[in-house]
Amino acid sequence: MGFEGIGASVRRKEDRRFLRGQGNYTDDINRPGQTYAYIRRADRPHARILRIDTAAAAASAGVLAVFTGADIAADQLGGIPCGWQIHNKDGSPMAEPMHPVIATGKVRHVGDPVAVVVAESRQHAKDAAEKLVIDYEDLPAVATMRDAIAPGAPLVHDDAPGNQCYDWHIGDREATEAAFARAAHVVKLDLLNNRLIPNAMEPRAAIGEFDSNSGDYTLYTTSQNPHVIRLLMGAFVLHIPENKLRVVAPDVGGGFGSKIYHYAEEAIVTWAAGKLMRPVKWTAERSESFMSDAHGRDHDSTAEMALDADGKFLALRVRTLCNMGAYLSTFAPCVPTYLYATLLAGVYATPAIYAEVRAVFTNTVPVDAYRGAGRPEASYLLERLVDVIAADTGIDRIKLRRMNFIPADAFPYQTPVALQYDSGDYVATLEAALKQADFAGFPARRAAAKAAGKLRGIGISTYLEACGIAPSAVVGSLGARAGLYEVANIRVHPTGSVTVFTGTHSHGQGHETTLAQLVCSQLGVPMEQIEVVHGDTAKIPFGMGTYGSRSLAVGGSAMVKAMDKIIAKGRKIAAHLMEASVEDVTFEDGAFKVAGTDKSKTLTDVSLAAYVPHNYPIEELEPGLEETAFYDPKNFTYPGGCHICEVEIDPDTGVTRVVNFTAVDDVGRVINPMIVEGQVQGGVAQGIGQALLENAVYDASGQLLSGSMMDYTMPRADNLPNITVGTESTLCTHNPLGVKGCGEVGAIGSPPAVINAVVDALSEFGVRHLDMPASPQKIWSIIEAARGRMAAE
Amino acid sequence: MPQVSLTVNGKQHSVEVEGRTLLVELLREKLALTGTHVGCDTSQCGACVVHVNGMAVKSCTMLAMQAEGAKVTTIEGLAAADGTLHPMQEMFREHHALQCGFCTPGMVMTAIDLIQSHPQGITEEQIRDGLEGNLCRCTGYHNIVKAIAAAWPLMHGKTAQAAE
Amino acid sequence: MYEFAYQKPASANAAAALLAADMEAKAMAGGMTLIPVLKQRLNKPSTVVDLAAAGLVGISEAGGVVTIGAMTTHAAIAASDVVRAKIPGLAEQASWIGDNAVRHRGTMGGSLANNDPSACYPSAVLALGGTIVTTKREIAADEYFQGMFTTALEPDEIITAIRLPVPQKSAYEKFRNPASRYATVGVFVAQFAAGVRVAVTGAGQNGVFRHKEMEAALSKSFTADAIAAIKTPADGLNSDIHASAEYRAHLIGVMARRAVARAR
Repeated sequence: MGFEGIGASVRRKEDRRFLRGQGNYTDDINRPGQTYAYIRRADRPHARILRIDTAAAAASAGVLAVFTGADIAADQLGGIPCGWQIHNKDGSPMAEPMHPVIATGKVRHVGDPVAVVVAESRQHAKDAAEKLVIDYEDLPAVATMRDAIAPGAPLVHDDAPGNQCYDWHIGDREATEAAFARAAHVVKLDLLNNRLIPNAMEPRAAIGEFDSNSGDYTLYTTSQNPHVIRLLMGAFVLHIPENKLRVVAPDVGGGFGSKIYHYAEEAIVTWAAGKLMRPVKWTAERSESFMSDAHGRDHDSTAEMALDADGKFLALRVRTLCNMGAYLSTFAPCVPTYLYATLLAGVYATPAIYAEVRAVFTNTVPVDAYRGAGRPEASYLLERLVDVIAADTGIDRIKLRRMNFIPADAFPYQTPVALQYDSGDYVATLEAALKQADFAGFPARRAAAKAAGKLRGIGISTYLEACGIAPSAVVGSLGARAGLYEVANIRVHPTGSVTVFTGTHSHGQGHETTLAQLVCSQLGVPMEQIEVVHGDTAKIPFGMGTYGSRSLAVGGSAMVKAMDKIIAKGRKIAAHLMEASVEDVTFEDGAFKVAGTDKSKTLTDVSLAAYVPHNYPIEELEPGLEETAFYDPKNFTYPGGCHICEVEIDPDTGVTRVVNFTAVDDVGRVINPMIVEGQVQGGVAQGIGQALLENAVYDASGQLLSGSMMDYTMPRADNLPNITVGTESTLCTHNPLGVKGCGEVGAIGSPPAVINAVVDALSEFGVRHLDMPASPQKIWSIIEAARGRMAAE
Repeated sequence: MPQVSLTVNGKQHSVEVEGRTLLVELLREKLALTGTHVGCDTSQCGACVVHVNGMAVKSCTMLAMQAEGAKVTTIEGLAAADGTLHPMQEMFREHHALQCGFCTPGMVMTAIDLIQSHPQGITEEQIRDGLEGNLCRCTGYHNIVKAIAAAWPLMHGKTAQAAE
Repeated sequence: MYEFAYQKPASANAAAALLAADMEAKAMAGGMTLIPVLKQRLNKPSTVVDLAAAGLVGISEAGGVVTIGAMTTHAAIAASDVVRAKIPGLAEQASWIGDNAVRHRGTMGGSLANNDPSACYPSAVLALGGTIVTTKREIAADEYFQGMFTTALEPDEIITAIRLPVPQKSAYEKFRNPASRYATVGVFVAQFAAGVRVAVTGAGQNGVFRHKEMEAALSKSFTADAIAAIKTPADGLNSDIHASAEYRAHLIGVMARRAVARAR
């Protein structure tokens, strides 16, 4: 075995089972006596439920039970809770309407659960669900944010006047207005951030189980954070105490945010299992996922920058309208506020910023965090605005960026929008990316493309994000109803092998490998003697799960703290064994040594002594070698970098092909370069998807037109280029590993790079901006219109 | 109920199914071969790809009855009895061509068919085109394409140098 | 899916007899369209009559006509030496339908019987002036396609083969729907001694259609330039979230010119 610690591209420990079809995803699990739930969903966006006749369904073959909202109400179940409370400008709390587990009274979006059939087989349940007779009285619906805020618009919730969830702001309004008043130039841009459907490849699934002897419930679910689900579902919905509720998130096939939230189906199967005294399984069909998984993004913004005569940024003013959908999903309110508006400084030393964010309800699927969550919206707005400023003022886009960067010697840097950046070097990532992408050689490539009848463009984005979520006191003051620390338990077994119990959850990130590398480095234990366990509330002390690129920065730091405790205890044991004083015992390369002597005890010697304490300082120390640590981060982490995209457009069809993509990111210390590269490539693919292909479209009546993979464009292998990834790291200054996070940078940095490249390619047609996705039809229309104008001139 | 007889991963099975039972349902629910996944309901994602008589097919778009007498290979049937991985599996591991692992079984089955059907060599473009029916949301395909290219010489008995 | 009975008759006539005896029975070729439709519960057949054992597979050429058995798969057509040599446009078209796995099971007869307005084959068969051979008769392509999902087939009539005259040159160009990868616009051009035929799929509200104005121009001069000035009207063309009727009208011109330029 070669070097396997921090910095090595160790091949993943989890791969063998996945490659052999021996993964254990939720739908792969079958419990004895299992039944199947099928959910009949609203086929209309807004309606009063007049009557549900369940008789024929209940009498259908194989049916065990039919449940409606009335049954949920009769058992006094709570609504689906929201984990974050935002306050309005005037200090009043946001509107927080009831989110029933099964619709009661009204349905509010296509896909809202109306009734549940539980039967002996999937087919029986589905056959029966068709026999439900549901009478609706259709109500007028609001399908878009603009519809929602129109005067006299129909209300999604009677207790949310004007369909407003909140009207929030951040920054210094007066300073910003003052800067605008004295600005030499003001550049304004209206832009949309298109609504996306996450589409993790594994559809959501859940199995509820009830042990009538013990009264214990178990939920197997496709979740990124089983402890959070236990907390939300147990405490708020089903009223089951933690000791009676086990939540297992086994292998999970991708999340990207969409599997953070507590969904109704989890509560339904758990509750139904208790009612029926049999396990109940539900697995989403993909078309159900489209109308029941939380969607992402969906912002409508106006951005204005005030500049001095040289192009220095004086102040930024932003107004954003954001869509919550029909109900508040778990983290929805914080995404367009604390994960978006706080990022509006980006990498720039803009002295004053003022942002207003208005969140509205619509008759659409709830919207929540999707890979990047708020930060892609911020970076897209800023990096598009910077390119538009360059175009409007005639200042070179790279020069403009450089002159406004926060300098590398200015850290820690306090932004005008709450965050304090600890480290970064934006010139370094920019220069590395320009070199890697052969920016200097672009004019020749553009000329060659032109000769072949193609339009070639190049786009840059220099972005920043905040992750490693998050300091509990800070998020608590901002409205979070939970702490965002992380937990690790490190168990050194008698013979020196190690099991790590982490509160983070891996659904593709490779924690079983990366987290083991931390142990390998810090305790000197070989990789094959380290096991990482996650995803089971019965095994893990506690945890807040995986999202916001937090697993290493927060979860890894908790592991370091736990291992520090192991080493501290180990030094005491070793001192006893070697008859030395504790102060003289050091730990390095997996061994305890007495300074200035050749005395040494391995970790195994020490762990054996700890579990077989025959010769042991039993008066001072407990036997055993196992430690738990909770780590609450001191700050967010701030990865950033530069993405450069090169596109070629076929002017006859409007088709855009990404021909080169280069990402150079500062993700802090890199534990496993292979995995970091893969994370960035995957994020970039989602970013290119957002920029060119993906779009959730509702028609004016509130029907989802892009409701299947036949209509919603998922990026395929032939849509994407090779993605060149580099890292140019500064270390995080406030966590013990110096790590920042790499899970989201790809999706955050790439969309503006792509659109900047498309706009660059279309420069000869006088294009200033176009909204995502830059679909062939949209580009063709732009070219066609421009050609018409040019012909007329 | 009708009976279907077929060979799966070298083992003969005779199973009672409904007319409407899909091949993937037979594999996952009747034979407990849960490595074959279902990721969509419109025959697009390819998570369910298996080999039927040596050819990649979407087992979610085939009735179990249509597999009467067929030889079916699933992801579980690739590795040797001693656990030695198929070269495609090995290259996926080596090149980090999987993250969450959900699309992986279908991706590997498609990739093997693709390499087998290109005995003269295969270009990156041909690989990307050949993956049209398989969606991956994690990797951006970059490493999948690399892994498949790297498997070509191994599967066609050539050294890496000879292939270049 | 709703439950149904499954039958696999040993001949096309036996299959037709099953269909004749039960109006609720439905024939299945490769199943690449029917099975997804059944999964969505959009169709409720009493019996699915699988044609796999009906012996309708094979490709041959004689007297300037290529004959393709109805149950021949897209993959087999794409790989066929006969098709590649005689009607290269059709081989190319077959290689672009669906994906590898779909091409291994989907068949030409099944696609033609379904006549999806965004399917590829109708354009080749119409442009080539082919003949649909069934258990009852022979139907000229010009009579066969009768609007979206509508054909001249009777409920108990099964396609057994497709006969396609060998053109001097042919080519197919397809602009794919970015999500479904079906044809947003597909144009098949076929040049014969007697003239040029151009058929457009994916675009028309009534399914595949011949582009007579282009045919006339190309019959005079089989060059892309000959049709450069032709503007296809958007009236009667489909519109969806990916392509408006106007965009489709434009794409018909682009695809046609590219097909002509590449024809061989």
